[in-house]
Amino acid sequence: MNESFTFIASIAPTLLAAVPMTLVLTFLSAVIGNSLALPIAVARLSGNVFVRYPSAFFIFVMRGTPLLAQTYLIYYGLGELLPGSWVQQSFLWPYLREGFWYAVFAFSLNTAGYTGEILRGAIEAVPRGEIEAAKAYGMSSRMIFWRIKLPRAVQICLPTMTGETILLLKATSLASLITVWEVMGTARQIQKVTFRVYEPLLAAGFIYIVLVFILTRVLMIVERRINRHRLDPVAA
Amino acid sequence: MDPTPSLFALMSFGPDGWGMRFVEGLVVTLEVSAASYFLSLIFGLLGASAKLSTSPTLRRIADLYTTLVRALPELLLLLLIYFSGADAIKFVLSFISADFEDVEIDPFIAAVAALGFIGGAYMTEVMRGAILSIPTGQIEAAKASGMSKLLTLRRVIVPQMLRYALPGMGNLWLSATKDSSLISVLGQTQDLLFMGYRASAVTKHYGFFYSVAAIMFLGITIVSVIAIRIIEARVNRGYR
Repeated sequence: MNESFTFIASIAPTLLAAVPMTLVLTFLSAVIGNSLALPIAVARLSGNVFVRYPSAFFIFVMRGTPLLAQTYLIYYGLGELLPGSWVQQSFLWPYLREGFWYAVFAFSLNTAGYTGEILRGAIEAVPRGEIEAAKAYGMSSRMIFWRIKLPRAVQICLPTMTGETILLLKATSLASLITVWEVMGTARQIQKVTFRVYEPLLAAGFIYIVLVFILTRVLMIVERRINRHRLDPVAA
Repeated sequence: MDPTPSLFALMSFGPDGWGMRFVEGLVVTLEVSAASYFLSLIFGLLGASAKLSTSPTLRRIADLYTTLVRALPELLLLLLIYFSGADAIKFVLSFISADFEDVEIDPFIAAVAALGFIGGAYMTEVMRGAILSIPTGQIEAAKASGMSKLLTLRRVIVPQMLRYALPGMGNLWLSATKDSSLISVLGQTQDLLFMGYRASAVTKHYGFFYSVAAIMFLGITIVSVIAIRIIEARVNRGYR
């Protein structure tokens, strides 16, 4: 037992050095994915079937297939197409040889699908009275979208989006399977080199628990800040 | 096999095609999903009962279970339970007889146990919410009629909570089918995603075979969504 702790202490620096990679993966995928979610949600609500159906199909595929299958498809599938094409000659190539950007791409698309659907539900859930009030003030439909619908929708789905971001943090562990050395990948690498089964996984698990705890707190603060005008004035 | 077989030939059901192996993979994926889902129902019912019990120890254990499982990546938990599950069973068996020293745990069972344990934590929350939505008066009435706890669970709680739990249970079934793809990482089971991995590694048609696997997963989802809709309509038939 004591020996296990000494071992964990010896691998801790290596594992902790991988934490930034996990955080960068989470952050980039969350930012790109959530940004893409907006046009997807709007397209999903469009009256034009040529816009609505592709968006609905995208959401369906992202939610209907395993993230791991999507990640492999993007990593190996693009990895098969890109070499030999013009991309290999371009300035992008040094980046596209690494698993990292494929992981970001896969996680972003997946997040976009899930969040797009959540955002669509939230936009539809904006109380009718508020939209009618905006119309009565003579706001144009574009103004109503940017000033009333979207801000209210974000407020409504904020708790769900917070949950999705935590799921995303955990999902970045799949990047370890396409040679990205984040926390999970580093733990498995240590497993292979040292022939220790449990200690690297337990140590990595502890890191994930701490990261989830911190991220939950940070997102709670963001949520309170966005919803600050709705807080009880006495309590705030 | 001719040097450059067409994609159709690759997916054929003959000895050179991968068609049959993908169908076998689909069966394995469905088996793992169904078995782990069934296990998660048991874990969920136990977890929900513990969370709602009067014993603080049971409540704390159930809280620890759901909090830990939901804070850890599924992949990490899968590997941890997969490795430790085999060791734990060997450890227990070693007390019975030394002959069990080198017993091998079937990777299928270990993977199912791990996925069921993970799913059980999410199921606990779904069932807890469903049980809470049953009016307490009914449970009191059952008690007043002299029903035992088990009988109350069987006759009053489970039939009524189903209605509330069904949407959550449906979502968890969809997750179970998708999470089952993680077992391909263990390299010991011939599931759908593993077939995609094998077929593309052998033929170098990565994009094609991963698309095939993804489309088959999509097929599972489509059939499941329709089935869930029918079951929900049936369970709710007395209320609409």
